[in-house]
Order: sequence, then structure tokens, then C-alpha cells
Amino acid sequence: MTLVAYIYLATILFTIGALVVLTRRNTIVVFMGVELMLNATNLALVTFSRMHGTLDGQVYALFVMVVAAAEVVVGLAIIMSIFRARRTASVDDSNLLKL
Amino acid sequence: MSVFETSAGIALTETHSVTATAADGFASLGWLMIALPLLGAAVLLIGGKATNSWGPMFATIMSWAAFAVGLGVIFQMTGLAAEERSLSVQLWEWVSAGDLSVNVGLLLDPLSMVFVMLITFVGSLIHVYSLGYMEHDPDKRRFFAYLNLFIAAMLILVLADSYLVLFVGWEGVGLASYLLIGFWNWNPAYATAANKAFVVNRIGDLGLITAMAILFATVGALDYATVNESASSMSQGALLAVGLLLLLGACGKSAQFPLQSWLGDAMAGPTPVSALIHAATMVTAGVYLIARSQAIYIETPDARVVVAVVGAITLVYGAIVGCAKDDIKKALAASTMSQIGYMMLAVGLGPIGYTFAIFHLVTHGFFKAGMFLGAGSVMHGMKNRVDMRRFGGLSRVMKVTWITFMMGWLAILGVPPFAGFYSKDKIIETAFVGEGWQPWVFGFTALIGAGITAFYMSRLFFMTFQGKARWEDDQHPHESPKSMTVPMIILAVGSVSLGFILGPTGILENWLEPVFGHPEHHEPVLAIPLIIALTLTLVALGALLAYFMYWKSEVATEAPEGTAITKAARRDLLQDDFNEVFLRKPGEGMVTMLVATDRDLIEGGMVGKTTGSLAGLSDLLRRTQNGFVRSYAMTMLAGIVVILGAVWVMQ
Repeated sequence: MTLVAYIYLATILFTIGALVVLTRRNTIVVFMGVELMLNATNLALVTFSRMHGTLDGQVYALFVMVVAAAEVVVGLAIIMSIFRARRTASVDDSNLLKL
Repeated sequence: MSVFETSAGIALTETHSVTATAADGFASLGWLMIALPLLGAAVLLIGGKATNSWGPMFATIMSWAAFAVGLGVIFQMTGLAAEERSLSVQLWEWVSAGDLSVNVGLLLDPLSMVFVMLITFVGSLIHVYSLGYMEHDPDKRRFFAYLNLFIAAMLILVLADSYLVLFVGWEGVGLASYLLIGFWNWNPAYATAANKAFVVNRIGDLGLITAMAILFATVGALDYATVNESASSMSQGALLAVGLLLLLGACGKSAQFPLQSWLGDAMAGPTPVSALIHAATMVTAGVYLIARSQAIYIETPDARVVVAVVGAITLVYGAIVGCAKDDIKKALAASTMSQIGYMMLAVGLGPIGYTFAIFHLVTHGFFKAGMFLGAGSVMHGMKNRVDMRRFGGLSRVMKVTWITFMMGWLAILGVPPFAGFYSKDKIIETAFVGEGWQPWVFGFTALIGAGITAFYMSRLFFMTFQGKARWEDDQHPHESPKSMTVPMIILAVGSVSLGFILGPTGILENWLEPVFGHPEHHEPVLAIPLIIALTLTLVALGALLAYFMYWKSEVATEAPEGTAITKAARRDLLQDDFNEVFLRKPGEGMVTMLVATDRDLIEGGMVGKTTGSLAGLSDLLRRTQNGFVRSYAMTMLAGIVVILGAVWVMQ
């Protein structure tokens, strides 16, 4: 199995994640889609690291994980407060940001 | 470039040229003539109510002081040889812009001094008269301030040594005239009359400004000396244009056809104003302008003929209007218009006419101012009524006014030996000089004009002073106070004597010779005694007709219906209607059209459509701001895909 297969896997995962973000209404699910996209990226980065024989990609992956962890905290907090205020977890109900 | 260095000169004929020399001695104080009345106006206007008690007297003294300075300058001039009587007083450099350099300077020469004498003498007399006439007016301080302002501006006009400085005075008298016509501006009709005079004058001013622009473009300077010198080297087209544009300016200021409509309405001003500005001095500025620009008109006979034609038209026009007016001041205004027409005709005839035009201008200044003051005196005694149909028989109660007015009346009729006989008949004789159709047309126009003048002036005189009294019941006419009658007497003496003092003796002709040169003598196409006889016959006929119509027979207190011509003449020969139909209405139509174009095409079409389409476009874009996070995410994704795709394609 060549390393390119990992890239394909990463692309598929990323696409699934993007579709989830674009199509699902539940905020938690959307959030999971975002995580899926992030991890697909991580996979791609690690694979590239192996392909080029350098550590840069792995370092990036670690960075992404740290930032993703922080993002999860903030994101979940926002979701919680929205749910408290509006009694809903649907992204389409929070559409105040328009004219 | 200084005027000192240019050999000035009013080159008239090739053998004739005068150089302006720097003034020394008393003449170098010539600027005082302008400064004194200007100071008077400033003190009265800035001093405000504090000067109420002594202001009018102060203004009168300032005016007489200007006269005294002028007299001093004349005395100094008489001591000089005729060719040296052109003095220049340089004051300061005014405009220095690129090639154009204009110094403020005064030109004291025989022509301008004649005007100075007329303006300051008649002006000062009218100041004195106003002391009586305006005695009870609450605003008389302002009135005297404006009068002084006028004297100063008029002196700038005649003493200027360049067209640009002349223009300052030109506008100054326009301003003073506007302020004084509208002096009683609580009456909307008077304020409108002032506006009308101002607006019509602007049309003339446009001509003068354009003429100056052409002069600057072709000659490169605006002082008389340079312009006179280079007039002969200008192209015919430029000369004709300058000549006609100067004439337009003159028409505006002097109420000549076709810009004469304002003068009748200008009678809304207090009567001393009508006498000073709208009879004796300001309205003759046009004649001065053309006489001063003789170097240009000598080179362009076509423009000169137009000047003469304008003069001829106006002299008949004014005379016809004068026959129909029942308002004593408006009849006199029409007469002024007509008499200035004579002067215009004379200056249009070329070198042979200049001296006579100035001569008539001086005598007219006296007798017309005298008659206006007489009319003012009548109004003073008749509770400001102006309708001659309600006068009559005033000779019994206003002896001084009657006699002085009679002197003016005889003078304007041209009865020998009164002033008008010498000045007006000279113009009529000169009009008969020439070749081809011109002497016949101009000559007979002037001749017939004299007959009509005799008729309407006699009509005015008889209706006012003779016949039965047709006063309204509440009238108790009385003679005016001394301050009013004395100036009238002095002007009447001038109306009687100026003609034979200045005319046959050759005093004025010799005095003006350094400016106008000595024209060759031309024989009129008719014998001179025949012309004089014809003129006097027509004058006698006109006066007799008026005698039978307005003295012997009853004058109706209500104006009869009259023929179509009478009706037209009462409405200034439909001048205002003509302006209304052919100028104001089309002008209004044009403005309405422009407004519509602006509103519909510019504002509604170009600007409106642009903003409309932008608004529509932004409306579309706004729809994308739907607040759905998912659609934003889609946009971001699409954007990134596009960018990546672009990068991929480029690589």
C-alpha cells in the first residue's frame, strides 16, 4: 500500500466532514464535521511528512490538535450558551446575522 | 509699463497728437476731487446716526470742495499751452498680472475737466436742493451718503486714464443709481424699478467687459494712451467688435435703444436723483465713453454709423413716448432719452460731431436738471402728485418754479438765444453733413425730432403751469423754500446763458480742440440758414399745436382713450411688452427647459439610473447575507476551491 492511499483517505474524510458541515442542521453534528475535517487535514499532514521525510508535517499536526482542543472548548461553550438562550441547537435558527 | 513712458496721445488726425504729461503743482492733487466725496460717503455711512444732524451739510460741503478742486485744476490748465493740457496723475499700480498691467491713474484733460465741472457743479447744486427737498425724510443721511458716493464714482469714471479704472467708476455709478432709485424701497414697485435698472445695466456692462477683453487680446493694454496709439494697427474685425460692444455698454448706461426700458421706471427715485443721475450726469456716461474711444471709432466707420442709427432711433423713440406720458417725471425721462439720442447721433457722426455732442451734453445737463428740479418743486408743493392732468395753472402760485422751468423749456425747444438753440441746432446741422443717404436720413430725423420735442415739452409746460387749475380738492400748492429755488435759479441762468457764452464765442470748441482736434469744415447738404429756418418753424408748429391742445382747450383730468399709437406710447412703445414676449418669456422657457433637462435627464436619468442600478445590484448581493451559517461556510469553501483551482491552473 502506497502512501498516496492515505492522501485519498484524508480527502474522502475531508469531503465527508465538509458535507456534514454544509448539510446538517444540528450544531453538535456540524461541530463533529469540523473535527472530521481537521483530523483529515492532520492525516494528510502526517502523510506528507512521511513522503518528504521531514518532521514539519507532524509538527503542524500537533499544532492543529492543540488549536482544535482549544476550539472545541470555545465552540462547545458557544453552543451551550446559544442553547440556553434560544432553546435550540439548530444552526438555521441562529440567523440573526443578516439584514 | 508705465503710462509715463508711453507717448500717450489721442491721435486724431495724423497731424494731431497730444501727449499726457505728469501733472505738477495743484493738478497733482487732482485725486482729491474723488477722495473728498468718497470721504463724505464713508463718514456718513460708517458714522451712522451720530452724523444725522450735520451729515447732510457735510456731504454738501464735500461736493462743493470737489468742485473747488476741479476749478483750481482748470485754472492751472488755462495757464498751459493748449497741447500741454493733458495731465496725468499716477496713483498706484493696481493690476499686475502677467502681460496685463494697469495703473490707477487719472487723466486730467479738457474733455474730462468739462465733465468734472458739469458733475461737481450741477451735483453740488442738487446737494443744496436736496437739503430742502429731503428735509423731512427720516433717512436723509443715507440719501446724502449715496449722493456723495455717486459724485465720487462719476468722477472716477470721467477721470480714469484706462478702461479698467473707468469700469470701476462705471459700476460705482450703477451701484449708486441702484441704491438711489430704490431709496424708498419700502414700496415694492420702487425696489423693482431699482432692480430693473440694475439688470438692464448688466447687459450693457457685459458689452463693456467684452470690449475690454478684446482690446486686451489685441492691444495688450487697457489704458487710453496705448489703445489710442495702436487703434490704427488693429484689424477691422476687432475694431468693429470693440466699437459695437462699447456701444452696447453705452446703450445700457445711457438708456439708448434697445436698452432704454429702465430709465422711465428709474423715476421711482427721489426727484433730485432723477435730476442728477438720470438726466444730467450718469446717463451721459455712454456719450463720454464713445467720445473717449474716438480713436477706435475713427478707424471703423461702420460702428460709427451704428452709433448714429442708435442715436437717431432713440431720439425719435423718446420723443414719441414723451408725447403720451401724463406723469411729469416720466415725460421728462423720455425727453432725456431723446436728448441723449441727439448726443449719440452727434458722436456717431464722427469728428465733426464730438464737440457739439459735448456742448449739448453740458447745456442739457443744466436745463434738464433745472426742469427736473422744477418738477420736484411742483411735486413738493402738490403733495407728491405727478399726474400732469391734475396740475394746471401753477404759474400763479409758484412764480419762481414757473420762471425757472420756462427757461429750461425755452432752452430745450431751441429758441434763440437760449442754450439749446446753440447746441441742438448745431447737432441738426451736423447731421445734414455727409454723402449718400446718411445726411438726409439723420438730418431729417433730427429735424423732425426737434418738432416733436417742441410739442411734448410745451405740452408738459402748459399742462403743468398754464390753463385752468385742475387740482384735487385737498391741494394747496405753495412755493418751495429758498434752498430749493436758489439752485433752480442758478440752473435757469445756465440754461439761458451757457449757449451763447460757450457756443458762438468758440470757448468750448477751442477748449476741446486738444482732445478732438480741429475737424475740417463740411458743408451740410442743405444751406445752414434753411436748416435753422426749418428747425425753428417745426419748433414753432409743435409749440403752437401744444398751445391749442393743452392751454386753450380744456385738458381732461382723466386720460382719454387715445389711438393705438397713444396707447402704445403710454406703455413706452411696448418696450416692456416686447422684452416680456421676446426676451423674458423665451428666457423663462429656456430656464424651465433646462430645469426639466436637469431634473429628468441628468438627475433622473444619468444620476438616478446609476444610483438605481447600484441599489438594485446591492439588493441582490444583500440576499446572500441570509444569516445561515451553512451558506456562509459554502461560500468560504467555494472561494477556497476557486483560489486553489486558480493556483493549480496557473502552475
